[in-house]
Amino acid sequence: MKPLFALLSALLLSACAQAPLRGTGDLGVIIERATGRVAIVDTTAKSILARVEGLGDLSHASVVFARDGRYAYVFGRDGGLTKVDLLLARIDRRVMQAGNSIGGAISQDGRLVVAQNYQPGGIKVFDASTLELLSEVPAQSKVVGLVDLPGQRFAYALFDKGEIWVSDLSDPRLPATQKFPAGQQPYDGLVTPDGRHYMAGLFGEDGIALLDTWRPELGAKKILQHYGKGQEKLPVFKMPHLRGWAVAGGKAYLPAIGRHEVLLVDTTTWKEAGRVKVKGQPVFVMARPDGRQVWVNFAFPDNGWVQVIDTLSGQIVQTLAPGKAILHMEFTPRGEHVWLSARDDNLVSIYDTQSFARLATLPADSPSGIFFTSRAARTGF
Amino acid sequence: MVHAADPDAARQGELIRLVRQDCGSCHGMNLTGGLGMPLTPDALRDKPFESLVATVVYGRPGTAMPPWKTIISEGDAEWIVRRLMQGFPVETR
Ligand code: HEC
Repeated sequence: MKPLFALLSALLLSACAQAPLRGTGDLGVIIERATGRVAIVDTTAKSILARVEGLGDLSHASVVFARDGRYAYVFGRDGGLTKVDLLLARIDRRVMQAGNSIGGAISQDGRLVVAQNYQPGGIKVFDASTLELLSEVPAQSKVVGLVDLPGQRFAYALFDKGEIWVSDLSDPRLPATQKFPAGQQPYDGLVTPDGRHYMAGLFGEDGIALLDTWRPELGAKKILQHYGKGQEKLPVFKMPHLRGWAVAGGKAYLPAIGRHEVLLVDTTTWKEAGRVKVKGQPVFVMARPDGRQVWVNFAFPDNGWVQVIDTLSGQIVQTLAPGKAILHMEFTPRGEHVWLSARDDNLVSIYDTQSFARLATLPADSPSGIFFTSRAARTGF
Repeated sequence: MVHAADPDAARQGELIRLVRQDCGSCHGMNLTGGLGMPLTPDALRDKPFESLVATVVYGRPGTAMPPWKTIISEGDAEWIVRRLMQGFPVETR
């Protein structure tokens, strides 16, 4: 028995030693929301490398990456925070940190992971390597739109209180928080790619709250206040997402809430710069990394469509029907391909963004979010 | 109390998926809450049936709860609320 065991472990060890070295730049994860599982994918091979189970309730899960691209931090609806090792395809660490959570962010230096929670409302700060709880900022409100800012700061919005908060975590055990009135029922937030302007979309009124984080003393102001004046809003069956948003050619492309429109905002004057009529209520409005195209998916019942806006002409250049219930899209790091999740077809489809040809499909169980490690290097992702 | 006829089996299947997936985007796939409150039997126990049905059909103005009347009939909504109060069925695929 003993010699056999020794032989086997020697074989195993040498098998491990021979596993080819690889980098993490073309890795990513797909959330398989019904089964509490993530698929680890390779965007060069267009394939699924492995699956990791046991992540809990992943309805509305989101992911941020360690800056070495090796670890994915997965925030589950049930308050689970799981650190997944993409190279070893296993859970490195996991904590239950809240009753009801919706996402998180990672600090500029990669050392802090912060979760935004609904229940109990507020944010919690964790050591990114050990997931030890370092501090928390209770909010007595659901927290939405958490993003990282330069300088170990984080911005987020309070749905029930109508405020934007900015917490400085230079001392991670002693957060210092500034509070700004924003408007009624902010539902999500985003930060511009330079980390300067934080915007919170408002559900309870028309408009968007904008905070210049270089000049916080000016407070948050409201923009696009009148875009829906005098028009009846359509019922909103799904809240749009602002994260993963689009800035291209000096304009920001934003989902209009309760309307079949994408709004364009000039990012120097912050005034409306146009609208594009689309097939449904936009959920994600995402720019291809080069900014030439903006891809849009839609809320129920129009969630079988995806439309592509050409940012030069401002026209829709493509309408695709990639499958049933398209929940999310993710571009490869430099944008030659886009991956789309079709929840009700149990498929992820990969499209060429130039020819719009479908290149491959991968089986996935109720896929929702798709996240690639190129996010590790981007502020606000 | 008079009920509209229960939706047929095929429609019930559609409704189960709709509630888990699309109501789930605000109430959680396990209906344990999100932007909207939990819709578990515990959470709904002491709430009046008729007003919950009205909430589903007509929404709650001023809140994020939308009206579903273009997609869900009164009879569908009664069935959904009854099943929510009992413990909502899981999807079978
Ligand atoms: C866009 C988000 C959203 C979606 C989608 C949504 N709800 Fe709601 N729902 C809410 C919110 C927010 C409330 C709380 C309203 C309030 O503050 O009174 C609510 C309240 C309710 C209530 C009242 C519960 C109580 O305890 O009083 C019921 C019942 C309900 N929703 C059922 C549903 C059903 C069934 C669906 C799907 C057909 C659905 N909801 C989809 C946001 C949503």
